[in-house]
Amino acid sequence: MLRIRDLHASIDGKAILTGLDLDLPAGEVHAVMGPNGAGKSTLSNVLAGRDGYEVRGTATLDGADLLDLEPEARAAVGLFLAFQYPMELPGVGNAYFLRTSLNAIRRAHGQDEVSATDFLSVAREHLTALDMDPAFLSRSVNEGFSGGEKKRNEILQMSMLEPRLAILDETDSGLDIDALRIVARGIERLRGPDRSMLVITHYPRLLELVRPDRIHVLDGGRIVRAGGHELAHELEADGYAGMTDPVPA
Amino acid sequence: MTDLVQELVERTYQFGFHSDIDTELAPRGLDEDVVRLISAKKDEPEWLLEWRLAAYRHWTTMEPPAWQNVHHPPIDFQDMHYWAAPKPKGPAPKSLDEVDPEIRATFDKLGISLAEQERLSGVAVDAIIDSVSVATTFKATLAEAGVIFCSFSEAVREHPELVRRYLGSVVPPRDNFYAALNSAVFSDGSFCFVPAGVRCPMELSTYFRMNAAETGQFERTLIVAEQGATVSYLEGCTAPMRDENQLHAAVVEIVALDDSDVKYSTVQNWYPGDADGVGGIYNFVTKRGRCGHRAKISWTQVETGSAITWKYPSVILQGDDSVGEFYSVAVTTGRQQADTGTKMIHIGKNSRSTIVSKGISAGQAQQTYRGLVKVLRSATGARNHTQCDSLLIGSECGAHTFPYIEVKNDSAQVEHEASTSKISDDQLFYCRQRGLDEEDATSMIVNGFCREVFDELPMEYAVEAHALMRLSLEGAVG
Repeated sequence: MLRIRDLHASIDGKAILTGLDLDLPAGEVHAVMGPNGAGKSTLSNVLAGRDGYEVRGTATLDGADLLDLEPEARAAVGLFLAFQYPMELPGVGNAYFLRTSLNAIRRAHGQDEVSATDFLSVAREHLTALDMDPAFLSRSVNEGFSGGEKKRNEILQMSMLEPRLAILDETDSGLDIDALRIVARGIERLRGPDRSMLVITHYPRLLELVRPDRIHVLDGGRIVRAGGHELAHELEADGYAGMTDPVPA
Repeated sequence: MTDLVQELVERTYQFGFHSDIDTELAPRGLDEDVVRLISAKKDEPEWLLEWRLAAYRHWTTMEPPAWQNVHHPPIDFQDMHYWAAPKPKGPAPKSLDEVDPEIRATFDKLGISLAEQERLSGVAVDAIIDSVSVATTFKATLAEAGVIFCSFSEAVREHPELVRRYLGSVVPPRDNFYAALNSAVFSDGSFCFVPAGVRCPMELSTYFRMNAAETGQFERTLIVAEQGATVSYLEGCTAPMRDENQLHAAVVEIVALDDSDVKYSTVQNWYPGDADGVGGIYNFVTKRGRCGHRAKISWTQVETGSAITWKYPSVILQGDDSVGEFYSVAVTTGRQQADTGTKMIHIGKNSRSTIVSKGISAGQAQQTYRGLVKVLRSATGARNHTQCDSLLIGSECGAHTFPYIEVKNDSAQVEHEASTSKISDDQLFYCRQRGLDEEDATSMIVNGFCREVFDELPMEYAVEAHALMRLSLEGAVG
């Protein structure tokens, strides 16, 4: 499980996370919601290990201290970040990228590498399940992809890598309703007793398709409210104003 | 992470070993006697000796070129040996089994065991250590098709009329300083002749390897495709570590007669010098081809080695509807310098050329693309497309582009596209989040950048090129 205590992060001296606590038990899906500038993307970046932040506090995944690890080592212990803005890698084949990634993580666990043939047959199953064209695999990573295609590609990667902890950073932003359904289906498929998911979103609509076990409201760099699904409805009705009274997460 | 990068930076050149083969050396320096000695060692006919001497005499009137964007101390041409040959330990080998075990071990270390090559890949390998060919395979199959593929020395002995007809016909002995030097003292190289209408039944591959300390290497390669012939030729090389700079001044000539198709691919990995740039190879090469009507010459090169590279594989598009292509990846790291590119000379009507150049610089390396597209008055309907992309890794390296375009015919279409980019932190982070370490991520992004060129390489070279790219960039990040 993921356990965050008193997490602070600042960038160029500007404090963004200001003592954030959060527990995400194995097998649960939690949502983090909050207005623009609340620190949602910073939270995912800091957990995944992006450079450029001054960080203190603790964040452990199954007891391993994430904040001490290089980004690739965090990936190896099972952290996956679905990027809000997935990067384009011109000339790098999607299948090649994904297989290299899968094998890097398998190697870190002392497992055998997956052969190209085995990889392709598994990848095709996931593509079918996610309603994606197999041609996805032969394109360059995200190059020339539409916004929706990029997000679906993130979900494909997440499905193949089978992470312990998946963080989805505003994966729903900019999606039409069909793409949103596919993304939601991808998340639902991955729900399982050994997996935790943190769905970061600005809008409640994704939460109608993916019912989170718990919703955290992030504002001013801290969790200011936490609760069940009713919070989403409250937000839908009243917005983020009036949620600033801190309660224990 | 820092320790890892440090370790990679300090890792020595992987192919930098020195095999212990007895070497026969000519005295230091160059004069007519040395030219005569080389010719005599090789039992050459009188006409070839005269040809060498004429080149030598002209060379003594020339100055080394100074226009290229590279810097090195002056080369003392009298302080080098111009001839070296492995001493035979018995009669010349008739098969691989008879080859000097020491030489075989060298190839094994390079991962190009001839036995494996012969057995698995079906590629004929004309392996060269220093200046004398030690083994040639698959001759029989080629002979059946009428293809001649042998060392240059053998071609001089066995096919003197062909050599005499084509030698210097594309790169004349007086072409430039280094071509003149090569013409005077060339030691050996490869000769390939594909007769009219023949499609060469296999890819022809030559591995070069420098071996003796302070020995300049002067390879001479001549490829002739007669009317309607097709051939794909591969050349690759690695070199052992050195303290002194080694001069490598090769000449490659391609004659593509009407309707022929010649593909020339090379992976170049000469020793680039140590972390301070000391001891690397100077690679000053003249490569040029001439196309007849409807003929095609395609150069594909992957350049990762050498302290200094100076090289412009070119095509003279003499025939109507002829096609010239140049696909290049050049990687410079550490203190390497490269001034490389191509020349496309359009003479024939509707002649077409394509240039795709991918330059990657890291460390303190400086890289220059220099390309000439020249359309003569006669070349009605000529077309050229040039794409020239540079990728920078780190902030201490440099990329420079010097495109020269001379068009004398109004109907010509010439396009030039250029870009310069850096690997972004965002791209690296994205890859690392997917479990790749920084080296793997960089290597993957660079290989993606080079993909258009690698796609042109024969399969076995494409694999090698990926590995080489990775090896070259080790320690270049972080």
